[in-house]
Amino acid sequence: MERRQCIELIYDELEEKVVVTIMGACAQELYDLGHRENFFYLQHAMGLASSIGIGIALHRPEEKVVVLDGDGSVLMNLGTFATMARYAPTNLVHVVFDNGSLLSTGGFDSHTTSGITDLAGIARASGIEHVADADDLMTFGEAMVEAFEREGPSVVVARVKAVGPDNYGMDLHLPENAFRFARHLSDRRSNR
Amino acid sequence: MTVSYENSKIVFEGIRAAGISSVSALPETWLGLLLQRIESDPDMTLVQVTKEEEAVGIAAGAYFAGEPHLMLMQNHGFLAAINGIVSLAQLYHVPLCMLIALRGHWGEPYPWHTRGGIVTEDVLRALDIPFEYARDPARVAQQIREGYTLSRSSLWPTALLLTRDLMEEYP
Repeated sequence: MERRQCIELIYDELEEKVVVTIMGACAQELYDLGHRENFFYLQHAMGLASSIGIGIALHRPEEKVVVLDGDGSVLMNLGTFATMARYAPTNLVHVVFDNGSLLSTGGFDSHTTSGITDLAGIARASGIEHVADADDLMTFGEAMVEAFEREGPSVVVARVKAVGPDNYGMDLHLPENAFRFARHLSDRRSNR
Repeated sequence: MTVSYENSKIVFEGIRAAGISSVSALPETWLGLLLQRIESDPDMTLVQVTKEEEAVGIAAGAYFAGEPHLMLMQNHGFLAAINGIVSLAQLYHVPLCMLIALRGHWGEPYPWHTRGGIVTEDVLRALDIPFEYARDPARVAQQIREGYTLSRSSLWPTALLLTRDLMEEYP
């Protein structure tokens, strides 16, 4: 299973959600499907995408917030699972694409390579009730349907191949993305 | 020496008066009484983090969500949060309003705080973060309000350093 296929599978569902992605391949693959105003791409500050997601989810309980994370990033902020468990935002879906590789920064093995470290296990042991593990697209799709429907928080760990896009680039400046994302969230609140 | 009950209350009231309804924090001694007040206030949201860099993400999320937010930390936590401050807040122009307990400075009896205390001001300068020292309980509410205002207008971090003069008292 490739991350690109997973993102394609949920892309339509993301239209109504608030989406935060990590840097590099994950951001690019979402962007290449078509940018939307409700997408924020965190192109640096590895580890903090899930923290941004928690921050939005706790303050905007009416929105469903989706974080697209990766093994390398989440390993930099494992405390995020404990914070998520403690404050338990019911509207948060945290997807961790585990490719066992620091793909966007040179392809070195991450600590999850060869299944040594189990991110889903860490999430469960942190106290998150709804944690799913997906090795194929069907299981991933089912886990996402459940995660979108239930009162969360939900963590979905998707084991994917260590492959990414051929080309990188976005016609979107980083502050521009932040300004438009904040504006969009503000407009959504006024339109409700 | 004990943490000042009265001044912790004044700082709390300053935070409320600035219109701030959400706080992220990593507890530390000088912030203890203040955090108790925040936690027991039904109109405030408090998110405790496991490490201060996490709070930069929480603060960015609160900002995107439209919630007036403030970060509370010790200066060593500020040092631990630097990559998030630089590569999220400054890179994307996301405002942060930080209240930082300035340990390890004038009058510090504990050796383990001193290195961090001595470098804090220079690190703030190196990062172009505007800061002030809060020493006088009569002024601290205004300083909080103005630090928050500047962070929002400049879309940049600001820091108010909570000093020993303000946070400790001799019974």
